[in-house]
Amino acid sequence: MHEIFVLAEHRQGELRDVNFELLTLAGRLGGKVTSVLLGSGVDDFAGKLAGFADKVLVVDDPMFAEFNAAAYQAALKALVEQEKPHLVMIPNTGQGVDVLASLAIEMNAPFTTDIIGLAIEGDKPVATRAYYGGKINGRIEFKDAELYMMGVREGAIPAGEGGKSGEIVKVDNPVSEVAGRKFVEYVQPEIGEVDITQSAMLVSVGRGLREDKNLPMIEELAALIGADVSGSRAVVDAGWLPTDRQVGISGKTVKPKLYLALGISGAFQHVTGMKGADLVVAINKDPDAPIFQYAAYGIVDDLLKVVPALIDKIKEMKG
Amino acid sequence: MNVVVCVKQVPDTSDPDTEVHIDSSGKGVDQSKFSFVINDADNFAVEEAILLKEKHGGEVTVVNVGSEAANQVIRMALAKGGDSAIRLDDEKFAGSDPVALARILQAAIKDVSCDIVMTGCLASDDGYGAVGVALAQLMGVPHAAYVKTVEDLGDNKLKIGRELEGGLLEMVEIDTPCVLTIQTGGNEPRYASFKGIREASKKEIKVMDLAAAGLSEDQVGEAGSVAVMVQYSVPEVGDLAEILEGDPGETAGKLAGILKEKGLV
Repeated sequence: MHEIFVLAEHRQGELRDVNFELLTLAGRLGGKVTSVLLGSGVDDFAGKLAGFADKVLVVDDPMFAEFNAAAYQAALKALVEQEKPHLVMIPNTGQGVDVLASLAIEMNAPFTTDIIGLAIEGDKPVATRAYYGGKINGRIEFKDAELYMMGVREGAIPAGEGGKSGEIVKVDNPVSEVAGRKFVEYVQPEIGEVDITQSAMLVSVGRGLREDKNLPMIEELAALIGADVSGSRAVVDAGWLPTDRQVGISGKTVKPKLYLALGISGAFQHVTGMKGADLVVAINKDPDAPIFQYAAYGIVDDLLKVVPALIDKIKEMKG
Repeated sequence: MNVVVCVKQVPDTSDPDTEVHIDSSGKGVDQSKFSFVINDADNFAVEEAILLKEKHGGEVTVVNVGSEAANQVIRMALAKGGDSAIRLDDEKFAGSDPVALARILQAAIKDVSCDIVMTGCLASDDGYGAVGVALAQLMGVPHAAYVKTVEDLGDNKLKIGRELEGGLLEMVEIDTPCVLTIQTGGNEPRYASFKGIREASKKEIKVMDLAAAGLSEDQVGEAGSVAVMVQYSVPEVGDLAEILEGDPGETAGKLAGILKEKGLV
């Protein structure tokens, strides 16, 4: 492995944690790790990234003040052609997914997305991906090439300590203009009555609820133990709970003392948002549901049968 | 506003009774007990396409890569308001990665006059989330991924909202023609009416094989792919929860006891 490019991700003036995960993974593969930072006024970011990279390649230009997939693709293409890395790693995030596949095809680079593991065998990368909601893994092999690209799942690789002090190299913006697409603004998610990131106790529901007419029993249980109600993406998409109650990558990250996961399978998008809870208890019909890997206690049963019984038992206890 | 919407048929893994077992080849899963549904994100893409048609006129073309069994999800999209459909079906397509799949889709779409191509942002089975973005590159048009809102600004421009981590929306202006990969939750997918279902049963689903798509064997399947899934495995599992055994009354009693002991009730 020669040089590895790792695309840096930032938004709204913040360098995201995923950067250090990818740089840590790249550092384990051997070879020179170059963090590629496209931004505007980003000396501070460059300094932080240098702690995890052998080199930080910086294009500092107002064009990159905000993310634009078309501008990113053009700049990365030019930088890759110039520096000739062997591997390009991009966070498999809302930004990264928007640029990886098109860039890889334009550069004729074998690629895959959303990897959770990566090794070098011989001189070629071999990737691990999850399938069927994390129930099985798959080994991905690639066609022979000079250049490979990988989208790496956020949260899949714990960030290390860093401890490097890479050189920071500024280069001119290789992109003169961008056509077809323009950043307009960010719209913040709506703020509701309850801020679940501050909740001490959460009763959280997923698809196992089956119908929204079953929601009152969840609300009764929550009220009984002084918890707030939250949910998975599926129940929010279905309109059973408002958006601000969604736990997970695209919702909120919560850290309650108790997280009672009812009928939630535990896909990584959800788990990312709740694995910091002190105590996780899961009730799910599927004994193989990944949520049981994150729970201290589990009940393999239909939540619609257990919740009414639990309400009765807690009422009895309270007297 | 003409829209092409790409739909995929996937196993209904939201059903907790759906168990995933690796088959004897190690490269597939036992599908005999699966029930199949339209991919969740594709369902939202179909709704978005029909909403645009209702607002601005035009036609919605449904495109699928799949076997005859996929007619079920195609017909449902037609019943909801799709006008015509193309199904790409050839055994040589098996094993296609997102690049080969995008190439197959492009072969059908290139002869359809359209302003927007929509795909779901992610398939619930293999989860690559790459086909739409790859397709845009092959078509040479702009794209946007994880799209939750679509507004026509006229003058061949759209204002779209991309969902980022934490639910932040990135508002973007994009020129048409373009490819949008649609995220779940941005609309409320309708149910098909009986009238719609009856009419859909009469609509033709055009079927194209490798030759009809104008493709060669080395452009599709594993041969046409840049990455190949060679072996499935069962993931290593960390420490599992302590499972409370018994009927609902017993498990609920044990759980209530644990919560009390920890001072949580």
